[in-house]
Amino acid sequence: MIGSVWTRSTDGNQPPVDYETKVSLQLELLHEPKESSLKIAVLVKEVPDTYGDRKLNLETGLADRGASEAVLDEIGERALEVALTQKDSDGDTEVTVISMAPDTATATIRKGLAMGADNAVHVADESLAGADLGLTAEVLAAALRRGEYDLVVTGNVSTDGNGGMIPAMLAEHLDYPHVTGLSTVELADGKVAGTRGVEGGQQQVSAELPAVISITEALPEARFPNFKGIMAAKKKPFEVISLSDLDIDAEDQSVARSIMVTVAEKPPREAGEKVVDEGNGGVELAEYLTKNRLA
Amino acid sequence: MSEFPQDSILVVLTADAEGQLEKPAAELLGGAAEIGSPVALVLAAGSADAAAEKAAELGATATLTAAVTEGNLGTAAVDAVAAAAELTAPDAVLVPNTLDGRDIAGRYAVRSGSAVSVDATGLERDSEGIVAGHSVYGGGYTASSAPTFGAPIVTVRLGAIEARAEAQSANTQALDVADSGKRSAAIDSFEAVVETSSRPELRGAQKVVSGGRGVGSEESFELVGDFADTLGAAVGASRAAVDAGYIAQSHQVGQTGVSVSPQLYVALGISGAIQHKAGMQTSKTIVAVNKDGEAPIFDIADFGVVGDLFKVVPQAIESLNENKS
Repeated sequence: MIGSVWTRSTDGNQPPVDYETKVSLQLELLHEPKESSLKIAVLVKEVPDTYGDRKLNLETGLADRGASEAVLDEIGERALEVALTQKDSDGDTEVTVISMAPDTATATIRKGLAMGADNAVHVADESLAGADLGLTAEVLAAALRRGEYDLVVTGNVSTDGNGGMIPAMLAEHLDYPHVTGLSTVELADGKVAGTRGVEGGQQQVSAELPAVISITEALPEARFPNFKGIMAAKKKPFEVISLSDLDIDAEDQSVARSIMVTVAEKPPREAGEKVVDEGNGGVELAEYLTKNRLA
Repeated sequence: MSEFPQDSILVVLTADAEGQLEKPAAELLGGAAEIGSPVALVLAAGSADAAAEKAAELGATATLTAAVTEGNLGTAAVDAVAAAAELTAPDAVLVPNTLDGRDIAGRYAVRSGSAVSVDATGLERDSEGIVAGHSVYGGGYTASSAPTFGAPIVTVRLGAIEARAEAQSANTQALDVADSGKRSAAIDSFEAVVETSSRPELRGAQKVVSGGRGVGSEESFELVGDFADTLGAAVGASRAAVDAGYIAQSHQVGQTGVSVSPQLYVALGISGAIQHKAGMQTSKTIVAVNKDGEAPIFDIADFGVVGDLFKVVPQAIESLNENKS
């Protein structure tokens, strides 16, 4: 095979002019056999809709899931959009949505399939209620190990827990590089690269696959599922697994967990003074600020 | 016998490209001093001397310095934290709740099998150990978390802790760090965002002036900046204003943007959607100007002016400037 790219030199002592090009091309071919299509896992989360009031149960400290409408977290939808964009350019890309959620979350997760993901894995187990970040990361990492994904895509922070720590925790579990907080994502040649906004500036970062990335809401909004997608979603593989499938014991006391020790609802803020501007509103505002030593 | 205090609190800090200690150092060391003896770990790509000295000035009873390879994303820092924790056996590890801080904390928590508490707004010690306070669902709830056992890894919200520690005499030692060999990403280049204004940064600012959809355009958003400059405040914005393109996303206050709790929050032309309130309702004093007297922002404002912000704000600026002179 190698012989086919060699050409004989016309000048006995010098390599042919295109020698270098062809050799390096061949080396690339040897190092990188035909690039196979990617397997991408996208982590999605069911959260209470932030456009309504959200409640915590003051007895248990757990989210009161009945108090507000449950939706797919928008940042997770954008993460899915990143994967689907890759699938648009390479139809053989396989996109899996993975979620750890109560068993009532089926419809929310199925939305990911309707948008265009190929299959879904739903980790549902009663013993996961109130799981801390450590247990959540352990469970998601175990679910990811079953699939041997090239790329794991997550949102940077969820709107409910606001932790933003799961991506790095998964990277540590899986020994993948983490590339977090990306505002742009490029996937090529077995690498993922992008722009990462940090305190004081912007980094250009990259990592060899497999890798874990998290994205910010600077990336495009997710597509809407269309009718065809919704119909197709009903036939796509939807796997529901429990902790015993992952060989994890949520109640293992030998592992340190973070527990909520108190929870209290803050008294709502009360409306203060309200004046209607009748030509003097700016002066009144200035006086208020000065009086309260805020100017 | 360890040479480090029994009640050591390991505070993970980073020196910037110029070798200066990052800003959250004062509040993290201040918070650490409330619950134990602060021991700083300074991560630096170059010389850590200046940063270590500063850490002592800000209250570190001892400072460990570790060289992190420039261009390594995250894992070298985690290796250093692991080495420092092994040496000091701390009661807690505090990390700033920034993107890098959360990555370091998350990885180290997994590696060490520690419990992690994220985005703490307060720190306490009780008879069983360290307890982190949290503000949940945009300040609608307060909660506290603690580990079932062991030292917790806590990321601390910037601008949340007011305590400051007393200066200590410098006590610095270089830390030996074993490379874990974990796969990591590379930082290929860095472009500093040049501060074009002398305005304070939004995160951690003592005063914030924010504009919303009611400001109307990118050009008229300058009025928000003018008022901010008059008050020495940072500039914020609602998601509606960012989506409309009036101002960069980095200024977004709210559920999906920056959470602030300044002494003063001024909302101009912001209706006060729950999304926005979630990022600012823990502010000490809230002032609002809005044409719509029914806007929900007035329900949480300590002082509100119902009126045209393009009349009210210039008049307020003028009035404040007169008072100053």
